[in-house]
Parts: sequence; structure tokens; C-alpha cells
Amino acid sequence: MRKFNSILVANRGEIAVRVMHTARSLGYRTIAVYSEADAGAPHVLMADEAVLIGPAPVGQSYLDMSRILKAASETGAEAIHPGYGFLSENADFARACDKAGLIFIGPTAEAIDLMGNKAAAKRRMIAANVPCVPGYEDPDQTDAAFLAASKKIGYPLIVKAAAGGGGRGMRLVDNAKALATALSSAKSEALNAFGSDELILEKAIIEPRHVEIQVFSDMQGTVIHLGERDCSVQRRHQKVVEEAPCPVMTAELRAKMGAAAVEAARSINYRGAGTVEFLLDSENKFYFLEMNTRLQVEHPVTELITGLDLVALQIRVAQGEPLGLVQEDVRLTGHAMEVRLYAEDVTRDFLPCTGSISRWVPASGEGIRFDSGILPGQEISPFYDPMIAKVIAYGDDRETARHRLIEALKNTVLFGLTTNRGFLIDILSRDSFARGAATTAFIADEFTEADLAAKTPSEVQTAIAAVLQYRIARDQILAQTVFVSDKLVDWSSGGALLTRYIYEFGDEAKRDVTISPKQNGGYDVNVGGAAHSVAILEMLDNKAQVTVDGFRYRVHFAVPAEGILDLAESGQTLRFVNMIDFAVTAEVAAGVGRITAPMHGTILDVFVKTGETVEAGARLAVLEAMKMQHDIIAQIDGIVQDVLTATAAQVAVGDVLFEIEAAE
Amino acid sequence: MTAFASRVIPSSDAFATNRANMLALVEELHALKDRAKALSERRRPRFDERGQLTPRERIVRLLDPGMPFLELYGLANYMVDTDDRGKSIPGASLLAGIGFIKGVRCMICANDSGINAGAMTQKTGEKMRFCQDIALDKKLPFVHLVESAGANLLQYQVESWARGGGGFLRLAKLSAAGIPTFVVLHGPSTAGGAYFPGMSDYVIAIKGRGRASLGGAALVRAATGEISDEEELAGAEMHATKTGLVEYLAEDDAHGLLIARDIVGRLDWNKNCLRPVMKGFREPLYDPDEIAGVVPVDYRKPYDVREVVARLVDGSEFDEFKPGYGSSLVCLQGSIFGQAVGVVGNNGPIDPDGAAKGGQFFQLCDQAGIPIVFLNNITGYMVGKEYEQKGMIKHGSKMIQAVSNVRVPKLTLYIGASFGAGNYGMGGYGYEPDFLFAWPNAMTGVMGGEQAALTMDQVARSGAERKGVPVDEAALAAQKQRLIDHFDSQADAFYTSGRLLDHGVIDPRDSRKVLGFALQTCWEARNRTAHSNSFGVARL
Repeated sequence: MRKFNSILVANRGEIAVRVMHTARSLGYRTIAVYSEADAGAPHVLMADEAVLIGPAPVGQSYLDMSRILKAASETGAEAIHPGYGFLSENADFARACDKAGLIFIGPTAEAIDLMGNKAAAKRRMIAANVPCVPGYEDPDQTDAAFLAASKKIGYPLIVKAAAGGGGRGMRLVDNAKALATALSSAKSEALNAFGSDELILEKAIIEPRHVEIQVFSDMQGTVIHLGERDCSVQRRHQKVVEEAPCPVMTAELRAKMGAAAVEAARSINYRGAGTVEFLLDSENKFYFLEMNTRLQVEHPVTELITGLDLVALQIRVAQGEPLGLVQEDVRLTGHAMEVRLYAEDVTRDFLPCTGSISRWVPASGEGIRFDSGILPGQEISPFYDPMIAKVIAYGDDRETARHRLIEALKNTVLFGLTTNRGFLIDILSRDSFARGAATTAFIADEFTEADLAAKTPSEVQTAIAAVLQYRIARDQILAQTVFVSDKLVDWSSGGALLTRYIYEFGDEAKRDVTISPKQNGGYDVNVGGAAHSVAILEMLDNKAQVTVDGFRYRVHFAVPAEGILDLAESGQTLRFVNMIDFAVTAEVAAGVGRITAPMHGTILDVFVKTGETVEAGARLAVLEAMKMQHDIIAQIDGIVQDVLTATAAQVAVGDVLFEIEAAE
Repeated sequence: MTAFASRVIPSSDAFATNRANMLALVEELHALKDRAKALSERRRPRFDERGQLTPRERIVRLLDPGMPFLELYGLANYMVDTDDRGKSIPGASLLAGIGFIKGVRCMICANDSGINAGAMTQKTGEKMRFCQDIALDKKLPFVHLVESAGANLLQYQVESWARGGGGFLRLAKLSAAGIPTFVVLHGPSTAGGAYFPGMSDYVIAIKGRGRASLGGAALVRAATGEISDEEELAGAEMHATKTGLVEYLAEDDAHGLLIARDIVGRLDWNKNCLRPVMKGFREPLYDPDEIAGVVPVDYRKPYDVREVVARLVDGSEFDEFKPGYGSSLVCLQGSIFGQAVGVVGNNGPIDPDGAAKGGQFFQLCDQAGIPIVFLNNITGYMVGKEYEQKGMIKHGSKMIQAVSNVRVPKLTLYIGASFGAGNYGMGGYGYEPDFLFAWPNAMTGVMGGEQAALTMDQVARSGAERKGVPVDEAALAAQKQRLIDHFDSQADAFYTSGRLLDHGVIDPRDSRKVLGFALQTCWEARNRTAHSNSFGVARL
């Protein structure tokens, strides 16, 4: 007899979908909770029952324990899976579940509490003989005490918030002189972020790898580990790529780290899934970093190399059943690699992006797994983490997994939002990453400003975009005609007609393109004076195969508006706006003092107010679209009659932004 | 139906020779048109300077990308402006054709203002009127991109003025027939030209460039002494605000053309047309490209016209009507892009049986409502005692009568010779075919030059014999050559096309597409309802 038959998932997005997927397959009734912003989200649609718990802001929905417990009681839920983030490492929530008679699928509140405090955790680990980074985690929080400790530890060292995570409240200090300043700023940041200003010190391990061990224990006292994950590729302490096994792992080292992690879990009577994070230096010395008392984002890579379903194991343990596994049963086979696909703008310091996903067709293929919680048409809202999906690839060896992952990223159709896809492909393609040599310093060392800057489309990409625009327009028109045989298209009895496209990229790059159909069905395409021969081999939905000068390219495309084409080639997404369709509109708008949005995008800033006098040429606003900023300019002298937009507003092409009355 | 089994061997020397000769003529055709294009292109800097598009760019901007375009009268005025083949400029400074705007089949004319600022040539008015006639007959919205210096006063001819009025008459008739007319005023339209915008249903004018006035500043000053500013007198903004002549004011050429596209699109023109039942079809078994090698450019060399048809019709499949009777007139039933057609061609002069067969075939096509395609390679009806006594005149007349009165679309291609009454029986110019195109090797006239020369030679010899005087061989030889030159210089396709005796000269390899486009244009015209009115739409 099971102790529970229904599970409420107190989360959203991909992890809610992931958890419910396993729960349903095991015959559990699944209950979703959702905010107003998530009505219609996949986790809501797939659940057996779903309960609205409040408005979009997390404080009034996913982080509000009382609302979640109320939903549980209303639906008769017997257990709660917290996913990751939100309330997953909140001991009070675990206790509240207990009190409400609900089974919390996770560790005990005590374990959460203990590991939630970095200083206390470290003291416990030292006591359990788990190797720790030399440091200071004493309750004495005076500057003098820190200074004294720093001399023992040695520089460089890191100041950290005791209650922290995610890099906030962290400072790297090179010498004693800089310590005091670092302490005071870290304190205030920690207080703001975590509600506690307690700090700890740690020796800085230079360019280590981040290697974490997945542990699992049941209530019968079995504690095992499921091998490691290497999460060294991080940007500002946020994991970007995760893989298993670690490229430099040896059986001997794994046994040692595994044993240490198991000991760490055992020492605190841990229950369920947990992750013990270590830093691994270049001499294969490892140091305890922290323990995460929940299912990790990157758990799929472990699942793929062990063949285990970690959510199923969590549920099993929560039911009070034994794991049914001993250490010897755990076999690691092959290699798995995961990237986090985010709606963020790499060119603007990884600024999170919001907007609607217009097209979403994940790639499929051997060894490819997508964990996502999105649907086409869904908004990536500013209220939640802008992760679109986790893309995971498995292969017999690391190179197979790596190449499959690159291909999966390239072959995924994704339009509507700016994403980090190109950046992920770039990482996976770098030589040092391919060699397995990436440490936590990898991104900072490898990526220059130019690497992260917006890319101007190549001649070939431009030629492809123009031909696609031409063909899309042609085929749409053909469908509207009365009686025109499709064999007659691209033909003129008076000799080829040159169709022209003008694209502008940023300030300087402007490309003048002409297309002239050839007799064989291909096109002569002239891009800024350079001749190319282009042919479309296949064009279906949002995918096309195109040859340019004999080389075959696979591309994806979308048409967000007439005259605009989004082109994804090799995972790089570029926007092409045919100025011929737009240049005039802006001018005309100016003529009557009506300024419209030249394209879809987000208003970054508005510089004028109603009643203000402006001169022709004045910047009224900045519109950001597909990585590029466009100034919205007053074309005439006059007085601003109306401001019909605001900072952060999403605007569609043609939307009126300003009304200006011309000066007499 | 089974596919025709071709006996042409594309790898043969004869094929290669035919093809080389034909392609040389096609090259000559392109070179002629390129001459006008290059001349116009020389003015590009002026267009750039003024922020204008060239006339050819305007047409492309106006048209839907990738949709077919059928050029009309591309050689108009060739050898009319001058007798010098090397210098004559074809096109009549007017670009014209049938193309698509927002999916709507339209007639498009654009003044080629790169040549003499778009001033009219001897054939410009006629070309415009003929295009308007086609627009009216085929229910095609008529779009005129205007920029013209007007009539060239140095070349004034009274007929041009008198007949020119017919252009405005036709605008009125189009409007009354429920076929909208458009002008995009890219530049000046002065004096008579001012009635192009004046009489069109929709006028889009380019700010600062489009102008319309009965007299330009120079004429006004000469006439009244008034000193006026062109913009005040004729400007687009003036007309948009003061006279109401202009409906839509555009910032520049590109903008004006975007507006024109929008307005044509908003007609929802295709709502008033039935949709065809699209039938599947196969492309010809034999590549239409091979036509160039199938046909000898010299019409005196015989070949089987069915080899041409096999490269025009779907699947190279056709049924032959009465193949054993009057066999030099070939009558075939096939289809082009799924549309059934009757095809007539010539494998020699037409004899009485052939003429009777042709007349019957045309009536059957008419009965079934099937368009007729005439492939002209005809030196005439048979002459001689035997044929006259078999009733050549009577039977030929029946055939010509049938051609005259059939109610179905007639599409004529001059693919070789088209002489004498043979031309009449085969749907020639005088029989008002819906569309008439010529291959560059085509020769048309009352008879071939050599035949005329031989005839006159015989007349001279008979006369000399009657009078009993010796034949002046030298004089006769000279006369013979003069006659050959006189006839042949007027017979070639480029010359006749210059005089608007066809809708244009085409690359023979394009024949299937040209016929298909024309057939579909005819089909649409017959299945479209236009909302006619009595007086046309007046600008109130």
C-alpha cells in the first residue's frame, strides 16, 4: 500500500512538467498549481487537476506557502514535490507540509536548515572528515576576526554570504587591504538578498572545476552516489553547460569523491536526492563547496548515464520504500551533456528577454532529450526565470554527445525571442571545451567582447534571407491569384526582372541585394556587388534547405511581419528587415507628425514627455529588436502631443508611438 | 491519348545548326531591347540625384516578386524612328506588359523617362491605346506610371494628335466598363498628358516631382506673360490640396508604388472572378527548350509542325483531327497547363481539303468553347488549275469566315512564314487574335520577296515576249534584287513588330509559357464580372 497516491507539484515550467511526467507514468494523480501568467502553460495542461494560486509575481503565487497548502487541501493532495528553486530548499515549507499532514518529497527540514547555512554546513562537514576549502565560518563576525582568519587561510580568498547561493554576496579578495571593503559590501548585499548578513571566508581555488556528486539515500539507511556531474562552464556562477561524467574523472577519484559525498549525506541523516558540490583543482584535490538539498536542474545528465529516473527514486523514498539499489548496482554508461537554453541577450550582457515564442519545434534524434515547459505562442514573462528549455544529448562517448548536442541546438526551430543559442553552440564548439579542458574560468578566459557582440549577417546568410523573402512573398501572392500556373512563376517574357532588397545592420552595414530568377529554377543573387547563385532545394513550414554557390545550408525562418524575416542558420538567429517596405513609412509618419514603430520590439527608453518641444532629428525613444537598437527620431520640429508608449513596452510594427504637432 | 513520338534527334548536326541559327536571332532580339534599356540607363545619375527610381525599377517595385510578366510591344517603333537598323531604338519609350499587383492581373504601362525625358515617339500613343484595348477586353485594371515630357514638338504629326485622343477615350471606356484605372504621377504630365491623371480613377502623385498642368511654365509665360512656379502651377501637393486631382500623395517613387500596390490590393478584384477547376497535367515529354533546334530558321526548309506542338502541349500528348484528309493543315487537340486547346499548324500550303477541314475544326472548337492556337508557317493557299477547279477560293473563304467568327480565344504565333491569305486563314493580325506573338525568324507579308521577284520577272518576260522585244537581263536582275529587298525588308519579325503588327517577338523556347499566360488571361477575362456603369467614375 502506498502512503500517498496524489502529488501536487509546487512549481512551474520544465521541472513541473518533468516531475509530473514521471508521477503520471507511475500512476499518481498529478496536481498543478499556477499563477495567472501561467494559465495555459504546459504544466497546467498536462496535470490531472490544476489550481490557480494567485497573480504572476512569485511572492503571491509560487512562493506563497499558504496558497500552495490551500490548493493541496482543496484537491486532496497527499504529497508535494517542490521541484527546484521556489520553496524547494525552504525548511519552513517542509515543516508546514508535515504539519498539514502532507508528505514533502525531499529531505527533512533539519537537513535543509543545516545545509542552507553555509557556515554551519561547513562545520558539520569538517567534523565528518569531508575535505573542505580552508576557511572561516565562525559566528564571530567582527572585521578583526575575519582579518585574523584571512592570515591563516591565505590570499586570494572569497568572502561569501553564509546563507547565500547563486553568487550573490560573493567577493574575491586578493589582499588584506581590500578585505574590509569587501566585507561591508558583501554584508549589505547578503542582508538584502537572504535576510542574513552572516559571512564566511574561503580560500580561493584558482580555476578549479565544479564537480558535484549526486547522492541518494532512503529511510532505511542506504546511502549511495550516482556519479558526478561536471558543471565547470559557468557565467557569474550560473551554470551554462553540465555533463557527466567529468572529462578528467578517474575511477579512483570518483570512488574518493563519491565516498566523501556519501559520508556527507550520512552524517546528517540525509533522505532522498541531494547533490554535494565540490571544487576540483588541477591536482585532483577536491573541496566541499555546498550541498543542495533538492533535485538539481542538471539531474538529466545523471539519468542518462545511469539509466535511472531520479524523480521516481525520490517518490519511492518518500513512500518509505527502500531505494532497491546498492552502490554496486550503479553503472555509468556513455556520456551526457546538457545546456540551458535561455531567453537572454548575449550581446547586452545576457540581459533576460521577454516576449512570445512564435515557433518552437525541438530537434529530435538519437540521444536527444528536451526538458521544456513551453508551447508555441507562450510568453516568456519577466516574472520568472527565462529558461526556455534544457537540451540534453547522450552518446557512447563524449564527442558523440557533444556533436549531437550542437546539432540538436542548430536543428531546433525557435523564433520570437532572443536566446543564448548561438552562445551555447559557440561554447560547445570551442577547442578547449572539446578537449574537456574547461574550468570555471572558461567563459571569462575564452570569450572576448567581440565574441559576444552582435554579429552582422554574412553575405551568404543575406543571400539566403533575400531569396526566402522573395519566395515567401511569391508563394503567398500565387495563392491569391485566380488562374496562374505555378510553372509560370519566376518568368518574364521580356527578360529577367530584378527584385531588390535593402537591409541595414546597425550603423554602417547596409546591403543592397538583387534577385534575378534563372531558367533552371535557381536565382542569381547579387549582394552588395558580389554575385551568388542560390537555389532552394526544399522549403517546408519553417525550414528550408538552400544552396549558395553549390554549398548546402539548412536554415529555419519565420516571418514576424510583412517585410521582416528571421533567419536561423547554424544556430545563429538574425533579423532581416527589407527597408524597401519600411523606409517610406517612417517618413510619411513624420509628415503628419505621427511616429510609428518601424518593427516589432521593446521600447528601452523614452526621452520625451507630452508637451515637450522637439526639433527634427531629436531622439524620442530607443527601440530594441532582435539584438539591435533603433533610435526613434523626430522628423519635424514641433510639440509632442501624445506619448503612446513607455519604457519596456512591447510594440508591434506600425504601432503609433508619438504624435507630434508641427511647429508653425 | 498517347504521347507523340518525336523523330528529332537533339544530337544531330541539323538540330545543332537550327538551334545555333535560332539562338543567334534570339540574341539579336535581346540586343535590340538592351539598346533601349542601355540608353535609358544612361540617365540613371539624374534619377539618383532626384531620389527617383528608374522606370524599370518602378515596374519591378510595382509588381509582385516572382510572378510572371508578359511584355507587350517590346519592339514598338523599331525602324519607325529611323531606317537605320543599327540605330533605331525599339520600345516607343513606353514599357508595357501584363503582370501582377497583389495577385491581381493588371495592364501596366510606364513612360521610359530615361529616353528623351519620356517624350512620345511616333508609336507611343498607338502602343498605349492597344494596351488599353487589351485591358478593356481582358478586364485588366490599368496602371500607368507617368513621367513624360509630352509630345515632341519638333516631330509633330497631326495624326498623332488626332489619334492620341483615343487614349483618353479608352480611359473613359475602361472606367465605365468597371475596370479601374490608375496613374502614379512620377513626373510631369503636361498639356494633353495632363488628362492621363485627369481621366484615371485613382491618382497617386509624388511630392515635389509629379506635375500636371495644361500648360507648363514656359507655355504659360508665352501665352499670357504670367510668371509662375511649376509647383504652384502643377505640383502634386497643389493637386492634393487645392484641386483634388490627386487622391494619394506620396513621399517618393518607392512610396508611391507601395500605395499603388495597396490600393490595387484593396480592390479585392479577384472576388469577382470564378475560380478554374485546376486539372493536373504533365509537362511536355520533350523539353520546350528543344524548339530552337527543331525549327529551321529558313521557312523554305520543311519540317513536321507536330514536332513543335509536342514541345508546347501537356505531356507532348495530342489527338490529331482528320490526319488523313487535307493533311498539310494539321489540326490537333491537346492542352496547355491543363487548359484544352485546339492547335492548327502547317505542314505545307493549304489545299481545298485542308481549308474545309480547318473551317470545320474551328467551328468544333467554338462549339466546345475551346481556345484555338494558330501556329503560322504558311506560304499560302494552293494555286494552279487543279486547285482552283477544286474550289480553293470557296473552301479558303469558309476557313477564313470561321476564323473571323469563332467566339473562342484566338492565340496566334508566327513561327515561320505567314504569307498572303494563308495569314488570314491562320488567325493573322487582321483577324484580331486575342494574342499574337512572333518568333524572331518569322516572315510575314503578302508573299515572300523571292516569290514576288519571280512573279514580276515572269510578268516582264511575258510582256517582252508579247511585244517581241529582247529581255533586258541586267535591268531585270536589278529589279529582281530590288523587289526581294523591298519585300524582305518589311517582312522580318523585328520590322513588323516595330509597326505593332503583333504583340511582340518572343524567344521560341518561351512559347509554352507565353501561350499558357495568354490562355489564362483569356480565361480570367471570360469568367470575371466587372461592375460597369454608363459614364465612368467622375472625380467629383
